[in-house]
Amino acid sequence: MIKIEKRNDVPMALYFFTPFIAIILTILGGGIIFYILGFNPIEALKFYFITPISNLYGFSELLLKATPLCLIAIGLSFCFKSNNWNIGAEGQLTFGAIVGGGVALLFYNQEGFYILPLVIIAGAIGGMIFALIPAILKTYFNTNEILVSLMLVYVSKLLLDYLVVGPWSNPEGFNFPETRQFSNSSRMPLLFEGLRIHAGIFLALAAVMLSWFVLYKTYLGFQIKVSGLSLKTAKYAGFKGKTMILVVFMISGACAGLAGVGEITGPIGQLHRMISPDYGFTAIIVAFLGRLNPFGIIFASLVVALTYLGAETAQIFLQIPKYTGQVFQGMILFFLLASDYLLFFKVKILNLKKNELRY
Amino acid sequence: MSLDISFIGILIGSIMASSVPLILAASGELITERSGVLNLGVEGMMIIGAISGFALMVITDNLFIAIVGSMLSGVIISLIFGFLTQSLLTNHVATGLALTIFGIGLSAMLGKNFVGIPGKEFPILFSSLKESIPFFGPILFGHSIVLYFAFALPFLTNYFLKKTKLGLIVRAVGDSPVSASNQGINVILVRYCCILYGGAMCGLAGAYLSLIYTPQWIENMTAGRGWIALALVVFATWSPIKVLIGALIFGGITILQLHMQAIGFRIPVQFLSALPYLMTIIVLVVISRDSRKIKLNTPTSLGRIFYKEK
Repeated sequence: MIKIEKRNDVPMALYFFTPFIAIILTILGGGIIFYILGFNPIEALKFYFITPISNLYGFSELLLKATPLCLIAIGLSFCFKSNNWNIGAEGQLTFGAIVGGGVALLFYNQEGFYILPLVIIAGAIGGMIFALIPAILKTYFNTNEILVSLMLVYVSKLLLDYLVVGPWSNPEGFNFPETRQFSNSSRMPLLFEGLRIHAGIFLALAAVMLSWFVLYKTYLGFQIKVSGLSLKTAKYAGFKGKTMILVVFMISGACAGLAGVGEITGPIGQLHRMISPDYGFTAIIVAFLGRLNPFGIIFASLVVALTYLGAETAQIFLQIPKYTGQVFQGMILFFLLASDYLLFFKVKILNLKKNELRY
Repeated sequence: MSLDISFIGILIGSIMASSVPLILAASGELITERSGVLNLGVEGMMIIGAISGFALMVITDNLFIAIVGSMLSGVIISLIFGFLTQSLLTNHVATGLALTIFGIGLSAMLGKNFVGIPGKEFPILFSSLKESIPFFGPILFGHSIVLYFAFALPFLTNYFLKKTKLGLIVRAVGDSPVSASNQGINVILVRYCCILYGGAMCGLAGAYLSLIYTPQWIENMTAGRGWIALALVVFATWSPIKVLIGALIFGGITILQLHMQAIGFRIPVQFLSALPYLMTIIVLVVISRDSRKIKLNTPTSLGRIFYKEK
């Protein structure tokens, strides 16, 4: 007979181990789906997870994709840890890119060392302002932040669309929906000749370090964690709940804005409609897979970035749509959430003899 | 362009057609949410319904099987959500999000061989009356059976929630799962049923898109309609009749922007497209500010995990 009991405390080792179970189950699940679709599962998985990073260029691409995911997820970890459900990072990324891109366009025909820092700061502020909308509405009007932040994703994407086809479109661009190219001074410096990996990765690493410091070494971090564990305790301790909500949303929005600016000043170099393959949504998976821990998030962003790369490789070699990356991303989150059951509940197998009293 | 009376009739008819997937998905989600479950997977379930319906139509050449199959596929995919949130007690928001991401990916994978295949004409009812009666003809007649079902659904949902015992149980489970459970109601079972029903309606909404509205399969063809449907439920403050009104407004905006583009209207199209989202935010602010208003219909336990010590 199987008995399920609620655990009193979550074993930490298991807490950081279950993400690996989720990844293994996802790979197995992916193999099964490939098999059903008529591919050789071993070969398909090889194209997915090994071929993309088997050379230096591929490895640079992996870091390139992991950078925005890591940045956004770090920001989200502040929100999620304190029980604030910001799921509109994609919108904050887009708005950050719009503001940062706008500054870059102001200087499109100028060069100067000061331009890139201005663009980056503008992007972070843009993301921050956009994240403040759901935060302010939540604190002062009691609205649901999930729905507001989500709705704003579409608003920001439509705004970007309007700008790149309308007022900001390249005057010499034959009506393509894109802006002018940014000047070289607005571009992230490349780290290596011939590879696309750029200095934005240092922004992500700095965010990791800073977030670790803030979350684990400061009073604010303590407040955030306590509010996440129990709102009542936080209230009893006299923490200013409203200020904290605003702060975590601002941090989260700034990180997403930075990710957006990193994309447009890094690999893209201008504004157009497709500045992000839903990094803002995927970063939610990264945040969970990394257990909202700064170093866990680095690892998780690499894993999830690989699903993007793998999908591109599989599209080339197996002619399957690029969207399959999302099958893997969805599965990772499904399996991770499911394996959390083991954290909160103990499964006991009891041997009951026939004449023993059942209760 | 002449704005004569028959043109307005045709316009209203097309607004109705464009609001059908929103009505279906939002009505389904409304029942799910009324039982206290927040399923953000609407978009994912719709797109799975769209590809299953279209694929079944191509394979079996039978529209009835395609429609029923799309609903079944919605049920199956929502079962993943139900199992995770109800049996494994996972977070509703994260699970629903995973469902949407997974659904979009899976539909593209399944639909790989169906891109570019022309759809089949879906039978419309009373087509002769549509032509013969000016103004009212294009509004009332010449639609598919799914449209008539969709327009009846909010009233049926309203009746179900307000007048039937089962509806009362659903509301009780959503408002106070603990008391409902103490009354001997199996909360988990009720929520499972509501989730699966929501899945079926979202599947049907998807099939409406791929079989009737634009009869073909295109990757990601739901194009955010699932999120609008989710917004619509809040916009309607969880009231089925208001879902119908909201869907017509949102559908109307979609149609109007097409016509405004055609006549060279000065307001940017993107602004009109953003209106449903902005309006939802405004409605959210208005209803949330007054706690009595939002409490009226909002399921109190929405999105919260229910766990009963056995």
